[in-house]
Amino acid sequence: MDKRMTEDEVISRLESGMTIGIGGWAARRKPMSIVRAILRSDLTDLTIASYGGPDVGMLCASGKVSKLISAFVSDDSVPLEPHYRVARQTGTVTERPMDEGMFLLALQAAAWRVPFLPTRVGLGSDLFRDDPSLRTVTSPYPSPDGATGEELVAVQALHLDAAIVHLNRADERGNAAFFGPDLYFDDLLLEAATMGFVSCEKLLSTEQLAAEAPLHTRRTNRMFVTGVVEAPNGAHPTSCVPDHETDDAFLRTYAGSAKGDGAWDQFVADYLAGSEADYQKAVTS
Amino acid sequence: MSQHITRAEVCVVAVAEAFRDDGEILANPIGTIPMIGGRLARATFAPDLMMTDGEARLIAGDVAVNGGDAWTTEAWNPYRRMFDLVWSGRRHVMMGATQIDRFGNQNIAALGPFDKPNVALLGYRGAPGNTINDKTSYWVPKQSGRVFVEAVDTVCGVGYDRAAALGEHAARFHCLPRVISDLAVFDFESDDHTMRLRSVHPGVTVDDVVAATGFDLVIPDDVPESRLPTADELELIREVIDPEAMREKEVPDPS
Repeated sequence: MDKRMTEDEVISRLESGMTIGIGGWAARRKPMSIVRAILRSDLTDLTIASYGGPDVGMLCASGKVSKLISAFVSDDSVPLEPHYRVARQTGTVTERPMDEGMFLLALQAAAWRVPFLPTRVGLGSDLFRDDPSLRTVTSPYPSPDGATGEELVAVQALHLDAAIVHLNRADERGNAAFFGPDLYFDDLLLEAATMGFVSCEKLLSTEQLAAEAPLHTRRTNRMFVTGVVEAPNGAHPTSCVPDHETDDAFLRTYAGSAKGDGAWDQFVADYLAGSEADYQKAVTS
Repeated sequence: MSQHITRAEVCVVAVAEAFRDDGEILANPIGTIPMIGGRLARATFAPDLMMTDGEARLIAGDVAVNGGDAWTTEAWNPYRRMFDLVWSGRRHVMMGATQIDRFGNQNIAALGPFDKPNVALLGYRGAPGNTINDKTSYWVPKQSGRVFVEAVDTVCGVGYDRAAALGEHAARFHCLPRVISDLAVFDFESDDHTMRLRSVHPGVTVDDVVAATGFDLVIPDDVPESRLPTADELELIREVIDPEAMREKEVPDPS
């Protein structure tokens, strides 16, 4: 089945109030062309789950997010994400905090269709204060080192209505490959979601993908994919190595848009008001 | 080579000492001086340590912290593998701390109430998982009473009082070896596991440290000075590991 679609066709599958997981990590390999399409849409009241970067910041600045599930939000070279901070400090977005590793377990539990996975992570921390839904579970088995009756954190499955990720290459059916140093958790996001959307730098035939992408880079496959979007430079301003690096100068411009006095409206007018093609033209001119 | 040893160079050695007896695990110091100190430890008295490039690679050799092109990758370590290392007890991380209290509870998430903070910071990051599974030390490049506080606003990294309350099993992997600042070195080797002044950097008095601390420190009768780098260590720091003197930007020399 040919699953090629545009960013706006992805948006037509999404609804306000959904829980959406976004791939990548901080300012690395974010599916920004689809994020930009969400910014242009009338979607609202979203719950966003992300190892967050400018994806989260822009969605917060546009008023799309009511709830954030995250262990951090950072733009890497701009360590503190400016629009995330504004949203948190003005109380417009509530946050369900997580430890970085708990996030992985929550996705894995959803992918495996179990209600939770146990871990030591979170014990003793204020995650129990700041996430009242968090529970513990008593182990029915002794631990490998002999401890009995251990109380562990039960990380609840985080099921996503939709996952959006950006990879280096894909075919039209949704098989994809990552060429950078880290897949992050993009495979788990797709597996934890009802609908999975993959944007890619370049669309190839399955034969070309097989020839170009080493086997171990082809971690995600079409069983978990609803739609495929070809989006060259689609991760901009985040990195998608080796296709393109982070645009740190643009991230600084973006950070300036959190300074108030209409700076965000100006940023939207300069870069986000038009189509993805308009955006690409504006950032490469 | 200048005979004057800078404060930053003393801090580098203090960081290296924190990793001395760690054996064959991942030394994961975060920050400029921590990365230099970790590399110094491996280049001298802790050769079995493994170290990251900051992303997904483990890097071999005695190499410059900013010399990416010359690095030799000895293993692939994407984020998912990092959790395998942390949860199996094979890492000693050195994190930052926006706030830290006498028991070593650490906050990097938010200042003020978490629901609507006065200052939103990074988030919990990996601090809960790091502290309950592995050795976690802290680096504070500019110590003050606003960082060393009576009580942190959000407990991200777990301190000794919280660990004790969990009972002996739950917290059996919890260990905070060191807190290192631009002024001094601290540990928790006191009777009640509250923060103890371990050494002061040359040029710093105990009173200076107390004035930059917002809680009562355990102060031994005899507080030594932090160790100076040896001639070999100084050459490694200046010529090999940090030839561009990035360390001096993170902690400017007071003299």
